Amino acid sequence: MFDVVVIGAGPAGVNAAIDAHDQGLSVLLIDEGRDAGGQVWRPKSASIIKAPVTPTEQKGEHLRERLRKSNIKRKFETRVWHIEKCGDDGWIIGLSGPDDEKQVRSKAVIIATGAQERVIPVNGWTLPGVLGLAGTTALMKENLLPPHGRSIVAGTGPLVFYVASEILRLGGTVTAILTLNSKLDWFKELPTMILKPQLLFQGLNWVLSLYLKRIPIYWRTGIKTVEGDNAVEGATITKVDKNWAPKQGHEKYIPCESVCYGQGLMPEISATRLTGANHHYDEKLGGWVPTIDELGRTSEKGIYACGDNAGILGVTVAPISGKRAARAVIEDLKGENSGAKQSNLRMMQKFGRAMTALSISRSGLIKFIDDQTEICRCEGITKSDIDHEITHGAQSHNAVKSGTRCGMGPCGGRFCMDTVAMLTEYHTGKTREVIGLPTARPPLRPVILDTLSDDLDYDDLPIPGVSPL
Amino acid sequence: MNVIFDIAVIGGGIMGCGAALRLSEGGMSAVVLEQSDIGQGASGVNAGTLSMQIKRVKLMSYAIKGHEMWEEMGDRIGFHRTGGYTLAFSDKEADLLHERMTMKKEAGANIEFVSPDKVISSEPHLTKKIIAASYCPDDGYANSSLTGHYYRSRLKEHDVSYMEKFGVTDILEHEDGWKIFSGTKVVVAKRILLAAGGWCKKLAGMVGVDLPIRARINTVSVTERAPLLFSSILGHATGLLTMKQKENGTILIGGGWQGKGTPEQGRGQIDIKNLIANLQLAKFVIPDLANIRVVRSWTGFEANVPDFYPLAGKLANMDNAFILACVRGGYTIGPYISKLMGDFILGKETEMPLFDPSRDIIEGRLI
Repeated sequence: MFDVVVIGAGPAGVNAAIDAHDQGLSVLLIDEGRDAGGQVWRPKSASIIKAPVTPTEQKGEHLRERLRKSNIKRKFETRVWHIEKCGDDGWIIGLSGPDDEKQVRSKAVIIATGAQERVIPVNGWTLPGVLGLAGTTALMKENLLPPHGRSIVAGTGPLVFYVASEILRLGGTVTAILTLNSKLDWFKELPTMILKPQLLFQGLNWVLSLYLKRIPIYWRTGIKTVEGDNAVEGATITKVDKNWAPKQGHEKYIPCESVCYGQGLMPEISATRLTGANHHYDEKLGGWVPTIDELGRTSEKGIYACGDNAGILGVTVAPISGKRAARAVIEDLKGENSGAKQSNLRMMQKFGRAMTALSISRSGLIKFIDDQTEICRCEGITKSDIDHEITHGAQSHNAVKSGTRCGMGPCGGRFCMDTVAMLTEYHTGKTREVIGLPTARPPLRPVILDTLSDDLDYDDLPIPGVSPL
Repeated sequence: MNVIFDIAVIGGGIMGCGAALRLSEGGMSAVVLEQSDIGQGASGVNAGTLSMQIKRVKLMSYAIKGHEMWEEMGDRIGFHRTGGYTLAFSDKEADLLHERMTMKKEAGANIEFVSPDKVISSEPHLTKKIIAASYCPDDGYANSSLTGHYYRSRLKEHDVSYMEKFGVTDILEHEDGWKIFSGTKVVVAKRILLAAGGWCKKLAGMVGVDLPIRARINTVSVTERAPLLFSSILGHATGLLTMKQKENGTILIGGGWQGKGTPEQGRGQIDIKNLIANLQLAKFVIPDLANIRVVRSWTGFEANVPDFYPLAGKLANMDNAFILACVRGGYTIGPYISKLMGDFILGKETEMPLFDPSRDIIEGRLI
């Protein structure tokens, strides 16, 4: 039995693990990646380890170095597929990974699973050559390769400019930058950004590098359709109004081979939801978030949340929120107040919120989706299928799902969930809280049946008698 | 002024919707009150098995009628008649299979015993370790996910009112009928029918009736789309496995392995130990399942009373309160018995007898 299992080895999870370990708790750190760093400080692939190091990579290396020195037990390339409460005896965690240990027990679980990307589906979004913005950064960090050919980079918030400048730095070609935000949106956040001059400077640097290379930046513009037969050949872009609805007659075709787009990040809450902890909807934090106290305690005893999955506040907040979650665990398990001085999060949270604010969905986005646009990629469900189900009486996420199969495929609804909720909101006028989310169920990710447990002999199967005649 | 309904049906599953439709046909104004969405409880999350081989002997004639109704619903509800095998892997299980299937056959089910070789020749992906087997050509399945979609459409077609997200918090006597509350919302009706499965215990308690209702927490899992591995539905002599591969390739694995939780706490949770045993048993029967991914596992509540027979009739002999719950094999039997229940409330003679909830309920026999 561990004192604490930490799920996710990004900046929040690693800091939580190290602090808990330093206070004498037995800790297990689990991540599906090859090494620690998460998405933001993702390690480079082994084959290019000698490539020049950037400042972000240095931060990741520093984190990994601290972890290596700590002797914390860790399992990489390991997926958590289940988290189950065992009465007052803590939690069982089901694992699927390279080693033989299929289940571990723990008194406490710190969940630091990070963020996932919000991508509004448009016609052509399933063509090869279309990537999420966050997905693009992950590929670039791991392989130091920019997307193929000429790229259009589109979306909201700071990520657009970061991705575009990274593509250029890695020798790729950016043919256009599109942002749904206006210059005014950014100007409004300026007073907050000044709180973190270093980050502001970094951001300005990205934009400057783009201006210097004379890359066109289209403000208040989005991808209307991605064009191509078997792969991306171009994209039709469109101006948007202040609600982000496409403006008629303001379209333009731009040839390209790659489209990188996304509309901000959402907390990855599947793990906290599986524990039964309460969640609520807060668009300023990126969407649905676990309801937590200031140290990250959820409504379920022994379950803690930190990092972007507890609210999209970015990498400046993540390490501190990880440390706080560790403190909460120490207090709860040892029954003592660690008395450690709390670092002031407020300023950094304010900055994080300002960045997230740039990506808060607006009502017009729904107009980007055509009737025949595929919303559920796993099951091939179009917008008109979903519209039909809602207008014929389905009033909740579960109802839409069971009536259409939308979200029943291997991704578990990860990619269509937000769009379905958006459509339900549009047709019924109900709030996101009322529409709800599909019931959380294991496995958190599809698992190969054979990896769940060791083989059992038929005679050892615990067959509990017979059903009544 | 509130509308006064002739009857409020509490519970929007197959039982409640089926009864409401029949009552409406018979001229009563009915309203269905559902705590979540129509067809999202046991009716919508069970494994969809329509098998005569797992029906109780005494309920066989109801199951045969129910099966006919599913067939009529057809594509709208994803009905498939595939035939089904029940398998035994030890001498003890083989004896059990013979004893039980013989009785079910006598009760009218179209069941025959088949040799293991014959099973393997029609289902070559099955384990070779089968010792005995029975077959029923009528067995099949429907798509339980479509329950909500289907019954919501039927209620609309027949102009039957329904309210979703109406979790009943109290039921009070009111003049000649009942006031049913959901927080501050209230519905007035002359009669009530409790048809809320595992939640009926709490509802009956609200009108002062204590019923020995318990809930089993059955586990179901589904895999990703797999290559064709079998085309009949499969069961186990003990009843602890049901499997079917749907047209889209996904495989549903059930069998009543127990999860955790109670209806009062909301939806149940899976129990990792029992889930794994359930999946291991499935893999034993179809070894090629080993490399298929499991996409989702869930639970649903199956209500029962100690004798495992339905509660279908007047609630505590009241003339304006009824209950329809605890029907073992309720998915198959539901469309039929709910129709009978409707007839009973309408004061008509029922085609087959119902099951008086005020009987002496004694612990049922487990073989």
